[in-house]
Amino acid sequence: MLNTFNILETIRMIQEQCLDIRTITMGISLLDCIDTDIQQACRKVYDKITAKAEHLVEVGEQIEKEYGIPIVNKRISVTPISLLAAVCPNDSPVKFAETLQKAADTCGVNFLGGYSALVHKGFSAGDLALIESIPEALAKTTNVCSSVNIGSTRSGINMDAVALMGKIVRQSAEQTADQQCIGAAKLVVFCNAVEDNPFMAGAFHGIGEPDCEIHVGVSGPGVVRAAIEKYPDASIDKLADVIKKTAFKITRMGQLVGTRASKMLNVPFGIVDLSLAPTPAVGDSVAHILEGMGLECCGTHGTTAALALLNDAVKKGGVMASSSVGGLSGAFIPVSEDAGMIDAAVNGTLSLEKLEAMTAVCSVGLDMIVVPGDIPEETISAMIADEAAIGMVNHKTTAVRLIPAIGKQVGEMLEFGGLLGSGPVMPYNQKSSAQFISRGGRIPAPMHSIKN
Amino acid sequence: MRAVITVIGKDTVGILHKVSGICAAHHANVIEVTQSVMQDMFAMIMMIDISGMTSDFSSLADDMTTLGKSEHLDIHCMHEDVFNSMHEI
Repeated sequence: MLNTFNILETIRMIQEQCLDIRTITMGISLLDCIDTDIQQACRKVYDKITAKAEHLVEVGEQIEKEYGIPIVNKRISVTPISLLAAVCPNDSPVKFAETLQKAADTCGVNFLGGYSALVHKGFSAGDLALIESIPEALAKTTNVCSSVNIGSTRSGINMDAVALMGKIVRQSAEQTADQQCIGAAKLVVFCNAVEDNPFMAGAFHGIGEPDCEIHVGVSGPGVVRAAIEKYPDASIDKLADVIKKTAFKITRMGQLVGTRASKMLNVPFGIVDLSLAPTPAVGDSVAHILEGMGLECCGTHGTTAALALLNDAVKKGGVMASSSVGGLSGAFIPVSEDAGMIDAAVNGTLSLEKLEAMTAVCSVGLDMIVVPGDIPEETISAMIADEAAIGMVNHKTTAVRLIPAIGKQVGEMLEFGGLLGSGPVMPYNQKSSAQFISRGGRIPAPMHSIKN
Repeated sequence: MRAVITVIGKDTVGILHKVSGICAAHHANVIEVTQSVMQDMFAMIMMIDISGMTSDFSSLADDMTTLGKSEHLDIHCMHEDVFNSMHEI
């Protein structure tokens, strides 16, 4: 039975605490669009995406009105394009990126992910060509996102790919230097990438997924922050309980929206991603949750423990609220997209080293971090390798989304605007990792990968 | 099927009339109204039955938003499913 308290609580969550559905993402398989003639393949890709996602934005907007909850983004994820590029060895994969952009424009979606390659054990046909084309593809498009999986717990880390990605990340920033280096913000390097991730820039539609499905990514750091603020003197286990209950409520909203969208679009429901995804808006920060737990500033000693508690409680609360949980599910810590993280990085409390430690206990990894433009590509590769090692050994997804700020130094800022926010240029360790990266080869899978 | 309309804003003559007028125009039946005026602020929660509506719910929501803008009121329309799913196990 409805009561006034519950009604007002829900409305407060939306109006004051920035509760929203971050994204409805439609995953579309392009396996049936593979063609040795790239023109034909592009035509099939465009036709399939625009047919499947024709009503995606319209349905999203209708649900927004019906339930009175903002759905911030409508997105599409597709089969890794390297699989389509594999049979067109004489053509540039950038044609696919341009087709994806055209399809995204037609459907009116905010982002389209899947300009991707999975090379955790080695490069197969199409992979190298696609990876080499990423900087150009990201420079020529605005809404297309790219990701590359370079390692997994089962197969180890492909260090040749790690070395290559250092160069690609740098080039992606260089080719978009006149647009705040935005190219690098649309590129994620993964270890243990998931196939049903609704969040960008790392979303792609895995080959184990159905032909088409709907995923939902929830948000709501502000709601969690408001909930824990009511208990300034509570013990940690009480805090965990409060977060669990709040995560349950947030996730139920995601489940409701996902099942409704799936029914309206007549497409199977995939997963709810239980992530706490911050935005640069005031009151929508994961860092502020950690500070609400009693830390003076995010990044100080105790931050990793607080984040571990938050991440675990979010999962425990969310799992019961949804019939199908997947994606990245956990707390995100993208520096430029989180007002509290930006402040902590600007005042020097939050360092790259601390962020790396934090990624061992939460969702994803070194995300939306701006580094000086003179950073050597081998250092970028070494940062990717470090992060991939954390993911590989801990059986979790980790990712790196670094933005080398071409022509900028520590103390300056990059301004992306919108959900991507703005990032202070953060210092990196100046000692060289070049010889380690130049060795190439593969870091063998850890002992505990042999589970059978 | 029911929905909840909440209205918050400065108290003026005829708020309830205008809100219920839109409900009537869409054939949404008002089931319950809770309202209070504290100092000069008007706050109302209205429960409506939307199963017999002649238009779709989003057009009612649009009309409420338009009314909210013209009268400087904060009006929210939400399907009851939102509250049920969020607050009940």
